[in-house]
Amino acid sequence: MKVELTQVTRRFHTRRGVVTALDSVSLTLSDGEWVIVRGPSGCGKTTLLLTVGGLRRPDGGEVKVGSHDLYREMCSEERVAYRSKAVGFVFQQFHLIPYLTVLENVLSPAIVCPVVEGEKRAREWLERLGLGDRLDHKPSELSTGERQRAALARALFHGPELLLADEPTGNLDEQLAGVAMELCEILVRKGGTVLMASHDERAFRRAHRVLKMECGRFVS
Amino acid sequence: MTLWTLWRRELAARAASFWLAAVSVAVAAAVLTGGAGLLRVHDRRTEQHLAEKEAQTRAEMARLQDDYRKIMKAMGYNVMILPRDQDLAEMRRVGHPTTFMPDDYADRLAQGGIETLNHLLPILQQWTVWPETGERILLTGVRGQVPITGVQGRGDRSPIFAPIPAGSVAMGRTIAERVGVAAGETVTLLGESFRVERVERLRGSADDLAVWVAMDKVQGWLGQPGRINAILALECVCHWDSVGQIAAEISRFLPDVQVFEFTSLAKGRADARNRAAEAARTALEAEREHRLRLRAERERLFAWATPLATVGAALWVLILSFSNVRARRGEIGILRAFGVRRNQILLLFLAKAVLIGWTGGLAGAVGGVGMAVWSSGEGLSWTLIRTLVDPVRFMIAIFGGPVLSAAAALGPALIAAGQDPADVLAEESA
Repeated sequence: MKVELTQVTRRFHTRRGVVTALDSVSLTLSDGEWVIVRGPSGCGKTTLLLTVGGLRRPDGGEVKVGSHDLYREMCSEERVAYRSKAVGFVFQQFHLIPYLTVLENVLSPAIVCPVVEGEKRAREWLERLGLGDRLDHKPSELSTGERQRAALARALFHGPELLLADEPTGNLDEQLAGVAMELCEILVRKGGTVLMASHDERAFRRAHRVLKMECGRFVS
Repeated sequence: MTLWTLWRRELAARAASFWLAAVSVAVAAAVLTGGAGLLRVHDRRTEQHLAEKEAQTRAEMARLQDDYRKIMKAMGYNVMILPRDQDLAEMRRVGHPTTFMPDDYADRLAQGGIETLNHLLPILQQWTVWPETGERILLTGVRGQVPITGVQGRGDRSPIFAPIPAGSVAMGRTIAERVGVAAGETVTLLGESFRVERVERLRGSADDLAVWVAMDKVQGWLGQPGRINAILALECVCHWDSVGQIAAEISRFLPDVQVFEFTSLAKGRADARNRAAEAARTALEAEREHRLRLRAERERLFAWATPLATVGAALWVLILSFSNVRARRGEIGILRAFGVRRNQILLLFLAKAVLIGWTGGLAGAVGGVGMAVWSSGEGLSWTLIRTLVDPVRFMIAIFGGPVLSAAAALGPALIAAGQDPADVLAEESA
């Protein structure tokens, strides 16, 4: 999925003044490309991911997904459809639903967009991420690494074209981080796009591009 | 996976919070229906209590009435009919009437058809000294009871005072003992021998010193032929509590007599009966007023307890809903990121609130009625339930519970639905 950001600006008005999270950012993500954005905390990485994911409307500039501007040309319903069908999210805090089992958490995107043989696919993803024996466990019964894998399985479950991941390997050991990155590679090999915020050197070596961000801008 | 699976899982996972909210609604509903039920129990008890008291009073009054009837039957009013010119003070002083009237007066009364009269006993009496013994006696001439022929069925009544046969006397207990004679013996009185027909029982009155002799003999001794000085009308029955009725009736036939009541026990008892009836009525009224005061107090209690419980329940549901929304911020954010719409989020929270309201409202409504049934102390029956249930309040409790709960949860639900998922997810990621 091709995503093109042109001169995207996003500012936040806080009590301490205006904070510019994205300052005229331009970026193109091509089909089958894996891009990593790195930078200090608060530099705008998460805002960038949310903006590309259709969750954060920019103050200026355009975000084109395919041939359409995500915020100007697509209505709210179309953005919902874009998010539910084309985008997979992995957040730093995982945001697993605490009262659902691991399997149900992975199935939860199907609330909006039913998936054929959803349960079978969810089980397969969990098996691949080493959580085959944790299907009926609640998130509170998992380790941090297991939760991160469950969140990754949920993001990949419905076969998204675009994976937006915020530090998806931060809590994983070398072996499991390798598995996670392998899954990203499989996705891009199939023509998908990965935009990841990460500080993981291992990921840098596998990604196609690594961009550095500071104060809402890409720096060389 | 559907939104409703998610909803059910959340309910099951946060059951404690659900039940805490439901209990608060149940309390409000129970106060609403139970309060009305308890007031109805109170009314029912008041009615039963007063009905029992009234029945008791009626029974007591009937018993008193019966006693009265028996008293009157046994005794009635005892009156003495005297010549109009008889000075009562003089009679008190000498101990017997001092004026006279024709002895056919008794016959005229007996034939007059006076309903109140039962027994008529004409007498001629005078205190005198018994020359043969030196004892002072109340010499009394009698001709026996005059049958009441003017009233059907009254004439064949057994006489209260049997006649004294010629040549006989009856004696009072004290005088008989003083002169040492008994029934069947012979005594000499004023030079003539008389057989003692009977000795009367001790009466504690002047009669204990009386000697009863045939009327014509005494009339002869006292020089008053064909005359008497009193008619005793014994056990007169009248429907009022006064001897006035008897006097009025007698005066229709004997205008030149006066009627003097010499036993007032019956009237005393009748007065007592009336006083008892009045006291019972007063007590009943006091009881009714007390129960009404109690009801008013309870009504006031429920009048403020019901809105208080309702407001309390609404506040509690509001607090729990806010807490629920706050605990689910991340979850709401991710669901919105998946594409769950605002109105679906709103529905998740409001459906939960409605279920809380239904559960609490229904349980409370039934519980309140159950409380009223229990407090009535009667066995469970449809009749009792129908009596205790206020249908309007019951419906308000059942249908108002969900409305109250949903209204209380609306604010938090709107906040949840209006939450920007990007804000939540960015906030958590920061």
